Amino acid sequence: MKSSSDKPVGVVGAGNFGTVIANILAENRKVLLYARDEDAVDRMIRKQENRGHKMHANVEPTGDMAHLARECDVIFPIVPSQHFRSMMKKLGPYLHPYHILIHGTKGFDIKLPKGGSIETARTLSRREVKTMSEVICEESVVVRVGCLAGPNLSKELSQRQPGATVVASHFNEVIQVGKRLLRNDRFQVYGNNDLVGVEIAGVLKNIIAIASGALSGLGYGENAKGLLISRGAVEMVYMGRALGGDTKAFLGVAGIGDLVTTCNSPMSRNFTVGYRLAQGEKLKDILESMEEVAEGINTVRIVKKCAEYYKLRPLITDTLYKVLFEGMTVQDALDYLMRYPLNVDIDFI
Amino acid sequence: MEILEEKKNKNIGYEPILDGIPDWPVYQLSKNRKEFLEEVTQKSIEQIRLLRPTRKQLIEELETTVHREQNRMKRNRWRVDPKDESRFWMKVKNELIELNNKSAEESEKKEEQILHSIVSRYANEIAGNFKPSSYKFAREATKFWFGRLLNGARVKKFGAIFRNQYTLRDKIHIVGKVKMLRKLASQGTVVMVPTHFSNLDSILIGWIIHSLGLPAFLYGAGLNLFNISIFAYFMNSLGAYKVDRRKKNLPYLETLKMYSNLALQKGAHSIFFPGGTRSRSGLIEKQLKLGLLSTTIEAQRNLYLDNEPRKIFVVPVTLNYHFVLEAPDLIEDYLQVKGQDRYFPEQDNYGSFQLLKFMFKFFTKGSSISVSIGPGLDVMGNYVNDDGNSLDANQNIINPREYFMTDGKVTIDKQRENEYTRMLASRIVGEYHRINRIFASHLVAFVAFEMWLKKYPKLDLFGFLRLPEEDLVIPYEEFKATFKKIRKEIYKMKDEGKVHHATHLKGDLDLVIQRGIDNVGVFHLKRPVLKNKKGDIVTQDLNVLYYYHNRLVGYDLEKLI
Repeated sequence: MKSSSDKPVGVVGAGNFGTVIANILAENRKVLLYARDEDAVDRMIRKQENRGHKMHANVEPTGDMAHLARECDVIFPIVPSQHFRSMMKKLGPYLHPYHILIHGTKGFDIKLPKGGSIETARTLSRREVKTMSEVICEESVVVRVGCLAGPNLSKELSQRQPGATVVASHFNEVIQVGKRLLRNDRFQVYGNNDLVGVEIAGVLKNIIAIASGALSGLGYGENAKGLLISRGAVEMVYMGRALGGDTKAFLGVAGIGDLVTTCNSPMSRNFTVGYRLAQGEKLKDILESMEEVAEGINTVRIVKKCAEYYKLRPLITDTLYKVLFEGMTVQDALDYLMRYPLNVDIDFI
Repeated sequence: MEILEEKKNKNIGYEPILDGIPDWPVYQLSKNRKEFLEEVTQKSIEQIRLLRPTRKQLIEELETTVHREQNRMKRNRWRVDPKDESRFWMKVKNELIELNNKSAEESEKKEEQILHSIVSRYANEIAGNFKPSSYKFAREATKFWFGRLLNGARVKKFGAIFRNQYTLRDKIHIVGKVKMLRKLASQGTVVMVPTHFSNLDSILIGWIIHSLGLPAFLYGAGLNLFNISIFAYFMNSLGAYKVDRRKKNLPYLETLKMYSNLALQKGAHSIFFPGGTRSRSGLIEKQLKLGLLSTTIEAQRNLYLDNEPRKIFVVPVTLNYHFVLEAPDLIEDYLQVKGQDRYFPEQDNYGSFQLLKFMFKFFTKGSSISVSIGPGLDVMGNYVNDDGNSLDANQNIINPREYFMTDGKVTIDKQRENEYTRMLASRIVGEYHRINRIFASHLVAFVAFEMWLKKYPKLDLFGFLRLPEEDLVIPYEEFKATFKKIRKEIYKMKDEGKVHHATHLKGDLDLVIQRGIDNVGVFHLKRPVLKNKKGDIVTQDLNVLYYYHNRLVGYDLEKLI
């Protein structure tokens, strides 16, 4: 493994999570960190700091994708899902079949007919809804793809609190590379072969996070949250299986692990949306006051539409949809769910 | 009734791409048969030892093998099985028992011997025996007799049997990337992967390869086919090697894979039926057998390791029939085991006589076959251009060698290659659907079945299939309207490059429907679709209709009905 240890590792996307991952990687290796914005690159070079994170000396900011692809065999793309495809279209031409890509983005890519919206589309299925790893394969010749998922709050990672992540890939080789690069005495890395399952778990948990925020906003305590998380996990398993994942992925670090963390983290954007809705604010006002879009809101729309196609009835998602877009109050939604005659605990194993 | 099914073929013969049989890779292999088989044996043993590294594991594996072989002989013996096999396995069993009384050193030597004897037996069993003389004879015989049949049947005049007005080429339409296939075959090694619906496929493919001017290909043919003597004769002479699906033991599977792997590395063009067995349901194969397919990837990697730039190309082919002789039995098998993971007993209810009878019917009545040759792929499933270069989605040339590289070097990584095999399989399945040629008969069956199914939304498939056929009638006008709608969608899909259709699908709607009805499952005792006296659509056999309908499943067309 000599020659690869000479080569730097690439990170594409200098957001919060991207910067933190670059810092973790920098403990083992030289890192090239790509930012789209030239000014941001200059600022990082000048201040050795980005988004409140001090940057490791091994991290070299760059605005040159071709350079990054040439220098690095292993690249971590970490950009928001709505920009992921356009980023891959730019990066794709520089990539070769020997590249390994491990992404850290939790969201779906969705292909709609021109001028259409999620609601007006005739149907929505896995033909239109893609995971990030699928976008990578569609937009480049790279096949050795993986993803990074788990309870990874950027803030705690940057404080070097103990934590773990999952590197998922169909290729053991990719998992090994991910482990070797990311692992340190404060950060445990698990492998999983169910790439799609892990990706989907990471996306679906955002829905439950909104619901969790809503419960908190109504002032309810831990019993209610326990109920939500466990029923939420069941819903994730059913939806996840329809979308091509395997049950096991949802029970691991990237499933339950991530779900529990996000549902308990008032810092998360999805949680905040739910919380403020329960306090009686309107979705429009909440979104206007937020800097970035909470991924979960789009996910609710996508999953609701997909569920129609796959003939599933995801209760929490459907009810949340009514709250978000059809004016149902959070209290009514809760009453509705509590009255719903569904009493089998576990029926998916 | 004389129906011109397709545009008249250009009917050009193709010149052979290699001059004489001695240049053919498959001939080279059989000429050096002994050395080749010894190499297969040695390398298979290496591979088995790699997979079962300790002595204990190896002995266990050998014991399992003997046990399974003896079970097979007890339960499921075939005509082709060698006479001495029970003696052979008895001997191996005794030798394994005797190992216990031997010193470690002696025992190790003996193990080696036993393993060698098993593997080399398997290698000899698998190996084909290509003989130029019988190849030529089989080829000429096919041409001659088919020619006679055709002309005798078609031209109703005394002496017509000696004419050459019609040739096989009028019956079997070859469409698609023929030129490319010929070019690829002269630049690298071609692995042809056809769909598999009928036992006739093997002979058909053999004829196609010859008529395209290609040298003989190595076949992996199911051993069960060798039970039928007429097939056995043809396939032996065409250089077929034998795949025995009853044998699932490790030494056998490794030997089989090594045989194919080494043959590919030595440049022998090959044919795999990657579905493994005939499609029971009539569906285009979705699940491919990965074992043999993986040898293409291994062979390519080994070529790269040896710095040999020669490439292996995978060419998907679909065979399209109006009529599949075995359909009623196949679909019965399928329905019986659906939902259960059960072994398909290989029953061939059709001996040589039935086949000849079928052939005669085939040539005397208007039922043609079309063969679509797909575009060439590299072993990763990328399209290649005419020069054999692999292309990415944007038509840029890429080097597939890089798929096998870690840290700048070509490496061996079994798990990675297993994954590549899966990817290749799904690419092939995608290509099958794309190059599939829809016939009027397929569409008639599909529309009729789905329309009936739609009328009973509460029934599951089995409940539906149990409905009495007499109850099922579709008014012709209703049928016609739906048929028209679906046909329009198929045109659209063709424009989007998602599927192909036969030229006969175009034109006057009534005529096309009539053509479909006249041809679908035309020689079955009970016809899957026909018109009653009032001209409405009825069926005599719902199961067989289901079979023919399945051909168009996977395109989401049912949503439009």
